[in-house]
Order: sequence, then structure tokens, then C-alpha cells
Amino acid sequence: MPPSPTTATAEGAAGQFSDVTRSDASLRGFLHGLPGVDQVGADARAAALGTRSIKTTAKAYALDLAIRMVDLTTLEGQDTHGKVRALAAKAMRPDPSDPTCPATAAVCVYPDMVATAKEVLGDSGVHVAAVATAFPSGRAALDIKLADTRDAVEAGADEIDMVIDRGAFLSGRYLQVFEEIVAVREACARPDGSSAHLKVIFETGELQTYDNVRRASWLAMMAGGHFIKTSTGKVQPAATLPVTMVMLQAVRDFRETTGQMVGVKPAGGIRTAKDAIKYLVLVNEVAGPDWLDPDWFRFGASTLLNELLMQRTKMTTGRYSGPDYFTLD
Amino acid sequence: MSRVDVRKTYKLFIGGAFPRSESGYSYVVHDSKGAFVANAALASRKDARDAVVAARKAFGGWAGKTAYNRAQILYRIAEIMEDRRPQLVQAVRQSEGLSGSRAEKVLDESIDRLVWYAGWADKLTQVVGNANPVAGPFFNLSTPEPTGVVAVLAPQESSLLGLISAVAPVIVTGNTAVVVSSYQRPLPAVTFAECLATSDVPGGVVNILTGDASTIAPWLASHMDVNAIDLLGVAGDTELTTSLEVAAADNLKRVRRAPAAEPDFATDPGLDAMTAFVETKTVWHPIGV
Repeated sequence: MPPSPTTATAEGAAGQFSDVTRSDASLRGFLHGLPGVDQVGADARAAALGTRSIKTTAKAYALDLAIRMVDLTTLEGQDTHGKVRALAAKAMRPDPSDPTCPATAAVCVYPDMVATAKEVLGDSGVHVAAVATAFPSGRAALDIKLADTRDAVEAGADEIDMVIDRGAFLSGRYLQVFEEIVAVREACARPDGSSAHLKVIFETGELQTYDNVRRASWLAMMAGGHFIKTSTGKVQPAATLPVTMVMLQAVRDFRETTGQMVGVKPAGGIRTAKDAIKYLVLVNEVAGPDWLDPDWFRFGASTLLNELLMQRTKMTTGRYSGPDYFTLD
Repeated sequence: MSRVDVRKTYKLFIGGAFPRSESGYSYVVHDSKGAFVANAALASRKDARDAVVAARKAFGGWAGKTAYNRAQILYRIAEIMEDRRPQLVQAVRQSEGLSGSRAEKVLDESIDRLVWYAGWADKLTQVVGNANPVAGPFFNLSTPEPTGVVAVLAPQESSLLGLISAVAPVIVTGNTAVVVSSYQRPLPAVTFAECLATSDVPGGVVNILTGDASTIAPWLASHMDVNAIDLLGVAGDTELTTSLEVAAADNLKRVRRAPAAEPDFATDPGLDAMTAFVETKTVWHPIGV
């Protein structure tokens, strides 16, 4: 399945693919040389994995894991500092009535809200993720995108969610997209030499085909993205099981080729606990259990958390819970 | 050449749609003489859960309609039932073993009951609400407001008149209902659901589950997102009613307790069934502003 690593060297992914990323033509040649995705087969496989029955202790484990994987997100024009503070508090203690309930992985906000979120989260272990690079459309000049990124990193963001230029990608200017990701990754560097993690958003709802999703995945991984993310949540369809499956195949193949692990983040449209568990089954079956960790798989979601908490409460109390017992956010 | 039978699949009614039971189970329904009539869907606890979600979703819109509009919609149900007389009469005859004329009479009473409750939609406030005299320059007005999502265990014997006498008073004030039909006699409830689906009742306002109340009711009674429960359908089973009342106490549900035995629904129902599922809201408003 993965392209034969003829140019493999010990220098890591960037070195390994230096031939590929040398020119637009070689990059196009490589991306279009990736095996095509059987769309009907991918849909059927994802649907089949979605029918797995996860019950009792396995379900309890899956629910807690899913909560730990949530990037609790608020990306609205109407966001206020108060709302972000409330959301950050919720991320640390999703269910205040139950101390055994784990914290979420991160809070995902616009760059101007990073400082506010950081203030509340402190060193709780919950990360702050910021969407940057003219989110959600990505329609801005490169230096504006880079400034956007640097601002967010300076304000204390642990993770940057960038959007790719879909216009450039769809018109085949792959090298431009590649170089933009590389540039944003460099902008993620902090003065102390460390670096914010970079998640690359494809907006798969605009990429039209699974083949494009696979190509975008390889492109982002070769450019050094730490995570590949399906969607902004602003475009329908957002994350779907088959799209996520194609991306999970890509990260699996990338590790086989380079030895490097890249994370996956479906975002948008995952609303029920059942959906979340379907995704976890997919992760385990397609990428492998190594990815069943908040460092390597995340859910970009807002309403999902309450659903997970309701299911968790149902598991512990034996009775159905209701939205009245969890915060509105 | 003989024609192939087109047999009907009796399904649940949840959120305005007619799904099969999530469990995939069905059960055999017999007529009053023990002959096979149909296979009805056997609702599971997950169907009940889905129905509660649908009812909760429909609550805001239904409670927010004007009382006058709710009256119109209830009256519309009566109109549609009138249209479907033969089917409803047949269902009642089969279920309750009544003669044709007796079944017709039950249907008349059922439709009249619905019209009677429809009339109450914009009148209950005048009867149970009040302008309270207070020691200050305020208007002080108490009005009944719907309680929320109400679980209704419909009567086991009276399959149509009893069902309507249990459901109409719940929804007329703006509540939404999750109804568990009679176990032995579910078919009139299924036909009633088809009337609801074609009579301007928004999806989710009434959800009808056919199945065994004794297995579904505990989940509804303990459900934290159900605001009230009517135990009519388990009248006579004191052990079950007690356990349901205990479970309902967890989130302080309003409970309409089960009578010792199923009442005679042909008599004047009074206001109790409506006032059991309303909350009194009192508003203070300064005079002269």
C-alpha cells in the first residue's frame, strides 16, 4: 500500500522525502502515484466497523478514553472571555459531581482567546489549541497567516490548528500548500527552542474525493504536521467515518514508511457517544492500538462532551441522565 | 388469480416517524378470543430512551404554541379519527371483543373526549390560574405551565378511550408525551399514532411505544430527563407501582399515582388529569409602569 521508500534515509521524514518535495512536478507525481481509494469499499468498511457492539467495561473504558481525547471547542463569532473561561473550567472538570471523570485533552479557541484560556487552565495538563492561519477559509496572504500563528504561540497556545489553502490544493498547486505548512510549522517555534504542535486541517468536505483526502494526508505529513484534522466544523459534511478511515490508513502507512507517528483528529458532526465509540473502533482496527491515546487521536467537538458525560452517568448510576444535569455551553 | 395479501407491519411512533423496535423484537397480538391478529413491535428501553429524546426536542415548540393553536391541533386529531372510523372501530372490536355498535360507541366517546380536551386548551388558565391579591402595588398572576416530558402508561383494558383519556390531558397543556400502550391491546394505539401523524401534531409531541409497561416503565421512571409519569397503565400491581414511585423520586418527578383498579373512562373525567401535569408560574408586575 505505501509507496516503496526508495529514497529512505535515516534523516527522518523531511530528508526521506526531499526528492519528492523538490518540485511541483515531483510532488504531484508522488501524490498522484498513491494508490486510489475504493470509495464504495471504504464506505462499506467504515460502516461495517461501525456495527461493532461495545458494551459494559469496554464501553466504560471507551467513554473515558473519548472524554480524554476531546478538544473542547468553541469557535463562534459570539465567543466571550467569560464563555471561554467557563469552557476551560469544564475541560478540567467535565463532571464536577464525579472526581473520577477525566479531563479533556485540550480547549480549542480562536487566537485572541488563548490567553484567557491559558489563564484558567494553567498547568492543569489541559492544552490550549488555537485555530490560526485565517481560519476557517484560509483566504489570506501567507505573512498574515504566519503572524496569526506567531500571535497564538506567543499567547501561550500549546497546539496550532491551521487550515490548508484548499483552492491551491484543488487546482494542483501542491508545492504551495506544502511550503505553507512548512512555514506555519516554523512559525510554531517558541523562543526556548520548543515548538507548538501543528494540526493541519484539510476541510475534507471541500476536497471532493477520498483520493484527495489521501493526497492531502501525505502532503501534510511530509510537511511535518503533527496531526492531520478533517474539518473546521464550519463546512458540511464535516468529519465522517470513511474520511477518517482514509486518514488513519495514511498515518499507518506513513509510520511504516518513515517510523514517525502522526495523530488524527476528526472534527465536526460527531455528536453522540455512540459515534465517538465507532471512531475508536476505527482507530483500533485501522491504525492500531498505539493511536488509542489522546496524544495521537482527538475529537474536535463541543456538544459531544455532554453526550459522553450523560452516557458515563448512565453507566455509573444505571439510569438515563438528561441534559439538565450538565452545563450548557 | 388470487391476490397476494398486503399485510401491515405495526410499528412504533417516535419523533413523528414509524420505526421498528431498536431491539428487533416483535410480539404476537391476539384478539379477545385468542386468535392471531398481528405482530406488534416490542419496544425496548432504548426505544423509550429515543422517544424521550424526541419528546424533549419537541417540547419547546409545542409548549410555545398558543393555547388556541393547540386546541385547533387537538381538534384536528378528532377530525382525522372521524375519517378513520372503520379502521378504529375494527381495532377496538378486535382488541376489546365488543360488538359493532358498542365499538362505535367507544369511538364516539373517544372522539368526543378529544374534542372536550381540545376545548380546555385556552380555558384551563382561567379556571386554575388566578390574579392573586397581594399587599403591595403589584399585579400578581399565577398561571399553569406545562411540566415537560411526561411518561404515560396507558390503560391496559380500555385500549382507545382510555388511551385518549390519558394522552389528551397531558398534551393539551403543552407537555410532550412518551406513551406505553396496552400490552395485550396495542392496535388501537398504533392506528391512533397514524391519526396523529396526519393531523398537524408536530413530530415528537406524542410518541407511542407498543410493548410491556412493566419492563419499559422502570427506565422511564428513573429517567432523569422525564419530568412526570402517569402510572395509570400499571393499576393494580402495587409492587411495581411502589418501585416506580421510588425510582421517580430520584429527580422529583411528578407522579400521577395508579388507582387501585382501572377506572371507568366513560364517566366525566374532571380536571385532575390536566392539573396533575402543570406547574404554577407566578409573575409579579408593578402596577402603573
